[in-house]
Amino acid sequence: MAMLHIVNKSPFERNTLKSCLGHALAGDSVLLIEDAVIGAVSGSSVVAELQQAINGNSISIYALGPDLTARGVKLERVLEGIQVVDYAGFVDLTVANEKTQSWL
Amino acid sequence: MAKKFMYLNRKAPYGTVYALESLEVVLIAAAFEQEVSLAFLDDGVYQIAKGQNPKAVGMKNFSPTYNALGDYGITKLYVERESLAERGLSEEDLMPIVYEDEDDDYAEKPSVQVISRAEMAQIMAEQDVTFSF
Amino acid sequence: MALEIGGKTIATDEEGYLENLSDWTPEVANAMAQAEEQPVTLTDEHWEIINFLREYYEEYQIAPAVRVLTKAVGKRLGADKGNSKYLYSLFPYGPGKQACKYAGLPKPTGCV
Repeated sequence: MAMLHIVNKSPFERNTLKSCLGHALAGDSVLLIEDAVIGAVSGSSVVAELQQAINGNSISIYALGPDLTARGVKLERVLEGIQVVDYAGFVDLTVANEKTQSWL
Repeated sequence: MAKKFMYLNRKAPYGTVYALESLEVVLIAAAFEQEVSLAFLDDGVYQIAKGQNPKAVGMKNFSPTYNALGDYGITKLYVERESLAERGLSEEDLMPIVYEDEDDDYAEKPSVQVISRAEMAQIMAEQDVTFSF
Repeated sequence: MALEIGGKTIATDEEGYLENLSDWTPEVANAMAQAEEQPVTLTDEHWEIINFLREYYEEYQIAPAVRVLTKAVGKRLGADKGNSKYLYSLFPYGPGKQACKYAGLPKPTGCV
């Protein structure tokens, strides 16, 4: 029963990413969209939590490319292990997971 | 007497409307000939990041407008170093915004000043009015 | 509101500014000028300012405030043109409002 978690707020602004990562289970996916993509930049101070989720807890992390590009973040600046998807990839994720939960 | 006005920008562009609203207020209020500065801290540092392109999210790229601030007499853009570092960014990731100094034969000078959190706190304390966005 | 140009309908807002900036052509500017209560025939002097505004918008994504326009025109085209008297003689409804309209730009930010 894999779940897609969608986070849209900056991790520096709200604690939704932290809360989401605390509740996501192995095999789940987390998609960062809108201002949440700021956390995906390598060198950012939330990187450790994301790496722990990816490597420690077997959670897949994705970031929405158009939102990275909007904010001037080049794709090569995204933390290794995070997969960048486009809108079609967003749709694929919602199909691939049985349930979707938005962390507003 | 001219008062010191600071616009405090703390949010990333495009996810919310704060960044654009702040910029519009700044441009309108520039007519009042006060001593205006802009501060970028927390996610606000992304407002003046290089290479913004929100075409695919269906929004207008308003980042070129920051380059017009000099024409409006706004030449002080303070950016907090710690906020950049927390986000994995550095000064090189910011647009090289400049102004033309009328008192110096229109020489181009940088508007962006990267300062420490302690310096930012000091500058905030010196303001007469602070508008928070 | 709308303008009719060469059989094509171009949407404008209630003050006559273009709804879609991409609809602009020099014919649009001429049609707007002719549609004034006292029709204006655009001269090279008008075009100099209109083109300047379009370039400014292209670079900065805003229509400059009158004060900023005046200063910038002075710098680019000389002091004899960078003053309110000259700009108002060309655009009596206000250089910001009227010239921006002909240039297909939105009303300058902060202009009421």
